[in-house]
Amino acid sequence: MSDLLIKNGRVVDPSQELDATVDVLILDGKVSALKSGIDASAHPGIRVVDAAGCVVTPGWVDMHTHLRDPGFSHKETIQSGAMAAAAGGFTSIACMANTKPVNDNPFVTSYIYQKASSCDVNVYAIGAITKGLEGKQLAEIGSMFEAGIVGISDDGATVQDSYIMRKALDYSRKFDLVVISHAECTCLKGLGVMNEGVNSTRFGLRGNPKAAEEVIVARDILLAELTGARLHIAHVSTAGSVRLLREAKAKGIKVTGEATPHHLILTDDAVGNYDTNTKVAPPLREQVDVDALIEGVKDGTIDALATDHAPHSVTEKKLNTITLRSGW
Amino acid sequence: MGPSKPLLNLMDVTARNVLGIKSILGTELLKKHHIEQILDCAFYFKAIRNRKAQFPKSLSGKNAVMLFFEPSTRTRSSFALAAKNLGGNTVVLTKEASSTGKGETLVDTARTIEAMQPDILVLRHPSAGSPHHIDRALGIPVVNAGDGFHEHPTQALLDLMTLKEFKGDFSGMRVLIVGDIAHSRVARSDIYALQTMGAKVSVCGPPTLLPPQIEALGVTAYTDLKKAVRDQDVVMVLRIQLERLNPAQNPSGGEYARFYGVSTETLKHCKPDVLIMHPGPVNRGVELSPDVVDGPRSVILNQVGNGVFVRMAIFHLLTGGEAVHEGTMV
Repeated sequence: MSDLLIKNGRVVDPSQELDATVDVLILDGKVSALKSGIDASAHPGIRVVDAAGCVVTPGWVDMHTHLRDPGFSHKETIQSGAMAAAAGGFTSIACMANTKPVNDNPFVTSYIYQKASSCDVNVYAIGAITKGLEGKQLAEIGSMFEAGIVGISDDGATVQDSYIMRKALDYSRKFDLVVISHAECTCLKGLGVMNEGVNSTRFGLRGNPKAAEEVIVARDILLAELTGARLHIAHVSTAGSVRLLREAKAKGIKVTGEATPHHLILTDDAVGNYDTNTKVAPPLREQVDVDALIEGVKDGTIDALATDHAPHSVTEKKLNTITLRSGW
Repeated sequence: MGPSKPLLNLMDVTARNVLGIKSILGTELLKKHHIEQILDCAFYFKAIRNRKAQFPKSLSGKNAVMLFFEPSTRTRSSFALAAKNLGGNTVVLTKEASSTGKGETLVDTARTIEAMQPDILVLRHPSAGSPHHIDRALGIPVVNAGDGFHEHPTQALLDLMTLKEFKGDFSGMRVLIVGDIAHSRVARSDIYALQTMGAKVSVCGPPTLLPPQIEALGVTAYTDLKKAVRDQDVVMVLRIQLERLNPAQNPSGGEYARFYGVSTETLKHCKPDVLIMHPGPVNRGVELSPDVVDGPRSVILNQVGNGVFVRMAIFHLLTGGEAVHEGTMV
């Protein structure tokens, strides 16, 4: 079971600058050889996979997912999320803190690791920045660190109070924890459900301007500079954010950024059929932003690709006749 | 609810309909020939009324269900009269009256109604795109009677009918829309329909109430009303819903009236034969001064009257009625 021979695949592993068609021999669960023409007959009974035409890589890491457990197991559980990750080639994933109860204390962190221990992939917990994601009081960051969190974030509930954010960045330095910012100014976002631009005007939907993201990216970069803490900007979606990130890196500020596949591929044109599945946070932007993100990935301004895997149930994405709370 | 099985096949509906389109979701989706066919039919019905003759009972034995999830007086009664004039039946379901609506998805509500086998569905809903969802789920024609800030196509069509009546030809016609453009479905539908017919459309309002990149739709945007009205053939004034605006969008009703209210003073900057239109209901003294509402340039009540004929035309054509025009013999 733990012995495997993967033949004829294009093996890509940036950590050792490898990009070649070689065979991969796995014995006892560990890679024991990477070379051409490994003979299966030398290993009686070994499972052989012909990977001709396929890319073979080390397991992928998704640093931004939502596993909905505890509290929203009708959407996802740690188990089902881990299985989805494995099916997509990910062997390590990190999950955000917006569960119910929120992962803002070591008990919830321990619960996540206990559930994760029986999963097929490595699951890492990200703790909340503030208690209950309310943006008012720091969560028990140190205790959660001892329980194993790998970063802190209030994700979708961006810390709006700049003083709290500054103190969170300060406090994180003691544990060398990265602070992950879902950059979105609640006031500027307003009731926006899609990118603000010509398409929101055409479709008659309220817009969420790019500036709502960029003012927080700029603020958090300034606070990272002030505090010397490690800042990571989640799901960068605008050309302006890429520019801010590039400039901050050039100044030596400790900031990194990620982009999602959907922001790299889709634009807000996709919202035109009023399919509520095109509603994401941050919203799908415009072609200039997609182009800037791709440029950012190429020149290293964007450090990571992350999915922001955030399942909702099918019913929740349907329009309720009267309230319309869901869906949009 | 089980798998989606429209009771009518979409192809059957379009094949039996001279417009060749199943539903009226918005004017952005209408071609010039669609608009011309609808207006021809509306003028035909108006001619019958003017002769005091009998309308054809092309909706006889047919049922129109009207789902109104937002308050409406004139649009709702206009649709109801239109259906009755053609011998059809109407059932109105409002937000308050539809107990089925509680916790139900919009598409489930629509499918429940479709199971009762109506012939056409009219929908007003506060969410943009809701008629599009319903149209995809159902086999019967759907008429959008207003979806959020998005579109209100029958209002635009009655505006076009009124303009055609008073001005004759759309090509080169200059139309200005004044007011809260950002939150107006009437503005969007009028912009698309007028442009399709060859008119030149401009908009005017406070910068806080002009939607982002509105000029990308091919309109000229003004913030100065006196400049904007110059050389316009038509000034279409929108209802300003002060109670819906937040204080950052408009400081006060008085200030709005001062800069964007259309009054006799404004008319001095207009062409002498300018037409003043308004989709109603009017806030007298806010967006329009009372003397202009009741004055000789106002065609507001003509708009209301034409609304019935336009909606009759839509019922007639979407449910399989023949193409007709003013000269068609009854």
